[in-house]
Amino acid sequence: MTTRWFGASVQRVEDDRLLRGKGRFTDDIGDGALECCFVRSPHAHARITSIDVSAAREVPGVVAVYTAVDLPFGGVDLPLLIPHPNLTHGRTQRCLASDVVRYAGEAVAFVIAESRYVAEDAAELVEVDYEPLPVVITPEAAERAEQLVHDDVPGNVAAEMLQEVGDVDAALAKAPHRKKLRLRYERGAACSLEGRAVWARWSEDEHKLTVYDSTQSPTSIRGGLAVLFGLAESNVEVIAPDVGGGFGSKIMLFYPDEVLVPYAAMQLDRPVKWTEDRQEHFTAVNQERAQVHEVEVGFDDEGHLLALSDDFIHDAGAYTPYGIIVPIITAAQVPGPYRVPSYRVRFRDMYTNATATSPYRGAGRPHACFVMERTLDAIAADLKVDRLEVRRRNVIQPDAFPYDLGVVWQDGNIVVYDSGNYPELLDRAVTLLGPKPAGDNVGTGLAVYVEGTGVGPYEGAHVQVLLSGKVVAATGIPSQGQAHKTVWAQVVADELGVNVEDVEVTSGDTRRFPWGVGTFASRGAVTAGNAMYVAARMVADKARHVAADHLEANPDDLELADGRVRVKGSPDRGLSLGAVAVLSNPVRYAFGGGTEAATQFAAKPRPGPPLREGEQPGLEATGYYSPPGSTWASGCHAAYVRVDPKTFRLEILRYVVVHDCGRVINPLVLQGQIEGGVAQGIGGAFYERLAYDDDGQLRNASFMEFLMPYATEIPPIEIDHIETPSPLNPLGVKGAGEAGVIPVGAVLASAIEDATGIPITEMPMSPLKLFELSRGTNPG
Amino acid sequence: MKVNGVERPAPSDTRRLLSDHLRHDLGLTGTHVGCEHGVCGCCTVLLDGAPVRSCLMLAVQAEGHEITTIEGLARDGAALHPVQQAFHECHGLQCGFCTPGFVMSVVGLLAQHPKPTEQEIEEGIAGNLCRCTGYASIRRAVNRAVELGAPAARRATS
Amino acid sequence: MLASLEDAKVLAGGQSLIPLLNFRLARPQHLVDINRIAGLDRIYERDGGVAVQALARQADVEDSQHAARICPLLTSAIGLVAHRVIRNRGTVCGSLAHADPASELPAVLLALGGNVTVRSVRGERLIAAEQLFTGVFETALAPDEVMVEAWFPEVVDRFAILEESRRHGDFALAGVVRAGDSMALFGVAPTPVRADPQNPTAGLQPSADLEATAEFRLHLVRVLTDRAFAA
Repeated sequence: MTTRWFGASVQRVEDDRLLRGKGRFTDDIGDGALECCFVRSPHAHARITSIDVSAAREVPGVVAVYTAVDLPFGGVDLPLLIPHPNLTHGRTQRCLASDVVRYAGEAVAFVIAESRYVAEDAAELVEVDYEPLPVVITPEAAERAEQLVHDDVPGNVAAEMLQEVGDVDAALAKAPHRKKLRLRYERGAACSLEGRAVWARWSEDEHKLTVYDSTQSPTSIRGGLAVLFGLAESNVEVIAPDVGGGFGSKIMLFYPDEVLVPYAAMQLDRPVKWTEDRQEHFTAVNQERAQVHEVEVGFDDEGHLLALSDDFIHDAGAYTPYGIIVPIITAAQVPGPYRVPSYRVRFRDMYTNATATSPYRGAGRPHACFVMERTLDAIAADLKVDRLEVRRRNVIQPDAFPYDLGVVWQDGNIVVYDSGNYPELLDRAVTLLGPKPAGDNVGTGLAVYVEGTGVGPYEGAHVQVLLSGKVVAATGIPSQGQAHKTVWAQVVADELGVNVEDVEVTSGDTRRFPWGVGTFASRGAVTAGNAMYVAARMVADKARHVAADHLEANPDDLELADGRVRVKGSPDRGLSLGAVAVLSNPVRYAFGGGTEAATQFAAKPRPGPPLREGEQPGLEATGYYSPPGSTWASGCHAAYVRVDPKTFRLEILRYVVVHDCGRVINPLVLQGQIEGGVAQGIGGAFYERLAYDDDGQLRNASFMEFLMPYATEIPPIEIDHIETPSPLNPLGVKGAGEAGVIPVGAVLASAIEDATGIPITEMPMSPLKLFELSRGTNPG
Repeated sequence: MKVNGVERPAPSDTRRLLSDHLRHDLGLTGTHVGCEHGVCGCCTVLLDGAPVRSCLMLAVQAEGHEITTIEGLARDGAALHPVQQAFHECHGLQCGFCTPGFVMSVVGLLAQHPKPTEQEIEEGIAGNLCRCTGYASIRRAVNRAVELGAPAARRATS
Repeated sequence: MLASLEDAKVLAGGQSLIPLLNFRLARPQHLVDINRIAGLDRIYERDGGVAVQALARQADVEDSQHAARICPLLTSAIGLVAHRVIRNRGTVCGSLAHADPASELPAVLLALGGNVTVRSVRGERLIAAEQLFTGVFETALAPDEVMVEAWFPEVVDRFAILEESRRHGDFALAGVVRAGDSMALFGVAPTPVRADPQNPTAGLQPSADLEATAEFRLHLVRVLTDRAFAA
């Protein structure tokens, strides 16, 4: 069959309705739903001594006010999503706190009213008495453990994990050079422009719960609600409608509202919805925060890495609902694209009195890239070797694949890089970057990274050809802007020989496809894309077999092209796909749409029962793709920056990306993913930070003070690609969703240090930070 | 007030923000709310042809004025407005949440500067946040909209 | 009307006030919306300067030929205020009455030695820029007074407005307005303050916030003063 759509910059099928304002985001769904508001703790750590909701309940228009005692599951901890044997002291919060609150923003009461305005009025009347407790804010403070976040978690340590490949101590002892670095990397908040929202309705007649949720995993939410409320999964429908960005914050699951809103709908027998406002987004939506790394590296006179020891602490926040995935990812990704003969990494996941952390685009990879790239820059400075040259000397060569790293990955497997060409990334990036601009205070930055993508366990897809010849396809995972519907339609259209506009994809709706995992970790194209491929192939195969009977041909002599199944070499001998769909379902009663061709007095293609043993009616198939392991994308970013020597204002003069995500399905979409990722990376490197004070209050919980970059802060980006196909999946694709963001902090740190001479050992940076570092007044 | 050319009543609750009135009272959910403090731009609509933040207006303040929302740019089934078309061609949207606000801001920009300089384009898109695209494709979309000849903002007719 | 209402606030552009209402940080019992008062939106030449009435939008002043001719400093300053969309609604008088110490227009008025006209049931009076700004978000207006006009004296050369902000359109960490030989600072004190170009940080005790310490603000004042007076 022809590959017509794969690799084409097809414009998105998603656009028309979104551009016309016909999108359907969760808050757009009204239907007379009651509206809700949370009462949240203003204290980062406190004991609750009393909660009085009586005044709130009296407010006209208030329908109900819940506290923990009002809920049958009030004493149940929310799910710990990813257990791990090393997570010995995992803790999750409850829907509503009644005993102790451990971060400012933790939910204490839930008000349901006729409108959000009224709910907010009533929420102000809820009286909660708090006894403040000592607060632990930074991971360093958590480590000192003078105060505990959880009384029963000694030392504030939720988990500890040690991995070693080779013998690091021996290698360090023999190394001609050794160096120690202390590096600190803060991420921030995903801050999608659509906040979180949940809408639910319970139908007593149909015994069915329907939930719209701005989530990255409807199938998981459905499973959890079914368990919690004792319903069959088939009685729970969860749909992610249009979602205005997720970036990982919405793959955190079972936020309290995701349980409370459906519960309220069931109790009150009316639709109920909750939409957060921006302020509560900052405290109630998971973030991704600090890691502090103590690195020791051993290297030789040429700058070859001989041994690397990394001991880091990870700021878990107050709870660990997402387990220890982020630090596991960091631990696995520190070596990156470089050969590290002996590598030891230990991390401790530490509790603090802040919002819980869980993945935000990059999910620990930016931290890892920062560590390795700063280490290499330090080696280059020590030896007075060019920074690019040091990297060239250390990157894994193209003939070394599959390359076994020996450390464990987030899917429980050992990290094995499947394919890549890192030297070529470096060469192309340098070429694309071009000569350094003239002028003072200009610096160069460079970073290379690898990215584990396409993690399992699996995804599935259902593909069906309709009687009209149009194709519908569905998969369980939702979209938040990645053009999945277009990209997957391209895959299906190629297999079925139809026009991409004739393939309609539904995603993230358990009514249409109930199995799946979720959209995260740069896996959508790899997992669901390959599942679409598998299902479409099965449909194509069946189409050939059904048509073969009627065309009196061998299925192997048939091809699918131009919406028909036809004999290769004799294209007028064929049937339209729609006609084949008709014939695939033998009917007694013709009901239009060409079905008379499949009735019993029409031509019988062959003797025997209309359906052979094992055959199913309809031109449809369900297929699954379960990856054996992650497939490893990679890239190199480089930049020129100018830093004003007086004001420390940053100007990015040139920013280039060379990227490898295997075979590219839609270059236009890929470009958008990279450009968006780099912008988030720039935001995270120089503008955004979560400023907690010593009392655990987030001081900048608004867009006025949490500084996301506007267009004026983001320079144009030039992108080049190489393709090292993945040997692990039929399409040869690798993931691309997070690539843009991963090395940006490292690149800018390198460039700023080069421009100013100020050693940069932490992120994010800002003019203030640079000013203080230049004065030597920043304790760091 | 006139909304997309149609006379509409103002709400009785004077606290109602224009953004909430458009979305929930009038069912025009194309205008989005991202922050309610005027920073993100998702709620941008045209007030008498000029872009404003609908989250920073009380609905009653719009009485006697003409509001144009994203739904007012192209009738159902009719061709997209050139700015909308340009965004589509240039992949100027991903999740689509900031898009109505951007489109209205650009319509307003091109009404004032039909052939904007690069600086005027930067100023014109500088007040809207996008978390998905990194703005590069949005810049391309504005340039494409200029090529397509976006008409001056006109009062929406019924 | 203001005189008769307890706890009332004037609503003009709303670009500063309505965010406070949305956050539930400001909770006036009454809002007096002046947007429908006819004939209060003029921008015109008066007494060798530019007069800007209460309902003249910042965007209108930005586009005004009068302003550009008579007081191009004002035109430059307006371009630094937030973003165009905000300026479509925000008013110049509103910005002055709001008196955010980090905003540009109060400092421009001060550097130029302008004044404002305020009105109440008791009549009209003039308040000079030097007396107008009394504290953080505080002015010399009585609770029942409305600012009806601001007057910016003429300046055509040797002027500048420079600010350091984190993003384009943000409030300034520190800013300098030069009008001829005189200078005013913003973002570094509870109100805009006059300063001596030879010794711009004298007597300044700026506060610290997330993006700037006092020391950084003083440093920026020196840097921006040098740059403003270099030409």
